[in-house]
Amino acid sequence: MKLKSLALAAAAAAALAGTAPAFAQDQFIPVLSYRTGAYAPNGTPWANGFVDYLKLVNARGGLNGVKLAWEECETGYDTARSVECYERLKSRGASFVQPLSTGATFAITEKAPADKIPVVTVGYGRSESADGSVFKWNFPIAGTYWVAADAILQAIGQKEGGLEKLKGKKIALVYHDSPYGKEPIPLLQERAKMLGFDLQLLPVTAPGVEQKATWLQIRQSRPDYTLLWGWGVMNSTALKEAQATGYAREKMYGVWWSGAEPDVKDVGDGAKGYNAVTMQHGAEPQSKLVKDVLEQLHGKGQGTGPKDEVGQVLYMRGAISAMIGVEGIRAAQERFGKGKVMTGEQVRWGLENLNLTQARLDGLGFAGVMRPISTSCTDHMGASWARIHTWDGKAWKFSSDWLQADEQIIKPLVKSTAAKYAADKKLTPRTPADCQS
Amino acid sequence: MLYRENGQFKSTYRADQQIFPILQDRIAILALLVFAFVAVPALASEYWLRAILVPFLILSLAALGLNILVGYCGQISLGTGAFMAVGAYAAYNFHVRIEGMPLIVSLLLGGLCATVIGVLFGIPSLRIKGLYLAVATLAAQFFTDWAFLRINWFTNNSASGSVSVAGLNVFGLPVNTPVQKYLLCLAFVVLFALLAKNLVRSAIGREWMAMRDMDVAAAVIGIRPVYAKLTAFAVSSFIVGVAGALWAFVYLGAWEPSAFSVDYSFRLLFMVIIGGMGSIMGSFFGAAFIVVLPIALNQFLPVLAGLFGLQISTAGIAHAELMIFGGLIVWFLIVEPHGLAKLWSTAKQKLRLWPFPH
Repeated sequence: MKLKSLALAAAAAAALAGTAPAFAQDQFIPVLSYRTGAYAPNGTPWANGFVDYLKLVNARGGLNGVKLAWEECETGYDTARSVECYERLKSRGASFVQPLSTGATFAITEKAPADKIPVVTVGYGRSESADGSVFKWNFPIAGTYWVAADAILQAIGQKEGGLEKLKGKKIALVYHDSPYGKEPIPLLQERAKMLGFDLQLLPVTAPGVEQKATWLQIRQSRPDYTLLWGWGVMNSTALKEAQATGYAREKMYGVWWSGAEPDVKDVGDGAKGYNAVTMQHGAEPQSKLVKDVLEQLHGKGQGTGPKDEVGQVLYMRGAISAMIGVEGIRAAQERFGKGKVMTGEQVRWGLENLNLTQARLDGLGFAGVMRPISTSCTDHMGASWARIHTWDGKAWKFSSDWLQADEQIIKPLVKSTAAKYAADKKLTPRTPADCQS
Repeated sequence: MLYRENGQFKSTYRADQQIFPILQDRIAILALLVFAFVAVPALASEYWLRAILVPFLILSLAALGLNILVGYCGQISLGTGAFMAVGAYAAYNFHVRIEGMPLIVSLLLGGLCATVIGVLFGIPSLRIKGLYLAVATLAAQFFTDWAFLRINWFTNNSASGSVSVAGLNVFGLPVNTPVQKYLLCLAFVVLFALLAKNLVRSAIGREWMAMRDMDVAAAVIGIRPVYAKLTAFAVSSFIVGVAGALWAFVYLGAWEPSAFSVDYSFRLLFMVIIGGMGSIMGSFFGAAFIVVLPIALNQFLPVLAGLFGLQISTAGIAHAELMIFGGLIVWFLIVEPHGLAKLWSTAKQKLRLWPFPH
């Protein structure tokens, strides 16, 4: 009955929308993206990568024969518009949703459990949602902001010759004044207490084109290191201001949303030496995936976006985000029936029991791009590995070995924050029996 | 022919002064209400209810509130987003800090807090006018942005600054499904629209309009400017505050200060200007124009292009949507500077004479 009504709804929606190539046998994936507005330079490559990967899956024959269908909805990074897009695309039987904005993630997190749609936030969203026993429907797979912040501190520690050398140092956080920018603060405060460094918080009003006052403060207080938690135009502005202030770019570390080509391209040589943590992958023009995309999509004139951007940092992030969601569907198919269209509930199970081994990743074309990921009922993140890459004036080059965020610190923080959320919402954490279902 | 008042004799002042003196209007409004309360929940899909009708109703309510201030009392305000934010955050604090607080009460208390802030930021209106007042009310916007981002107490010490509510219920009835949410918003909108309509027809409403038309003359004939302006600010920000609380609680569910950015202040002001200043009906037209039209364009353009065998990219649609929307705003303002409500009343006027215009 459910499948029938779903199919009917999908058919009706397809008939109404006219252009949508959604058929009852297709696995529908909503794509919330922003190709306009202040954040478009960063949102566009992500969306291109995401859509290209879905096209590639179809070109490779789909998921055990099931073709993927998708529709893009422009959100403009606006929470209210994102909610509208979510509601619009949800009615077509969404497998999972990627809000691509921390604000929208918060809003959709409240709606998804009722709609039974998993929320996949690869490298963003709420950090405490890694606790699957409270956040049953959230999947911050491959890393949260707390992982990013901890990895940066470890990289700084390595540079200084040990984390204990951070004692007495001054570290500033220049952040986008939104839930996104505020996410790393609890972890940094915890670490500051533990390691004895001095944390300076410098908020920048969105969208971040005006940062003169912030950098004046940096000039006055001369922090030993500066962490950058920006998005879109805020990143390049920060780098220009750092240049103007004469703050060494080598001492600046960005989060993975502040370390892509659009952020540094306009600054060029001025950004030389600037570091950013990567969510495992960096710019990967040599990877097999990129070759496949160029050959199978761009070679046939079916690629999304400019050809020379394929393999850039944000493009890869989009592709990986799509891959993780698609692999969740595949895992669900392995349990609930190959070659069938999965419901949101089944995909949730798949995402929770994801086991991306190195061999699997190599087969998909992600060899050398990322490390294995395996999720479980309590751990919805699956991996906490990161690397640092540095802009050499022309390209991003890896400058550190693999770093792993310290679980001793992140785990308890996730547990306590998730418990607070559960208490506020009067949720009862899932029982082990619930995990089996 | 069908729509005329011939033969409807009024023998009492009461009958003559009612909101809808013409029988046909009363029937039409009653039919509209029945349609909204009974037919819409039964017919509309979940997407329509949750993504179009609920935001439309809530923003109509906010536009209604702003219309009292801008349209009826002539005080231009750019602080609407701020008053919405105050309503939302105040309601949130009452909701989470006081155990067992009924939803309706916290929404109304949120409105009351917005009233206090509204009156506070309305005080400069006694000295400054027009565009200068708009700039002064903009201060409210920056102040609330700052307060809700920086003062952790308001956000219940949430680390990320984003707050959320869940498990809403009214008198023990849950407000979870789209229909329930829609009916809750509709009830608020209908009640407040009735309240506003009666207020603007009363002595206080006439004082506001006198203030708007010429404040010196109004003061000469004995209207107290302080009282008139501040009551307009109070009533307006109360309604806007309740709308803000509904926007946060019912539509978004989880929000941060940027959900009430200065963008919303501008958008609401556009709704009032495009819908028609000094018209309750206009608030609804304006909200429909600003809320529904972009979404409709967004979905209609690909279909239209499909008819010609074209494929537009998502970015292309978004750009085209903005351009057409902007063009339509300019066009409407040129064709009918008094807003959509004026078109509506012109249409009614013509209908009265139809089919014999002479």
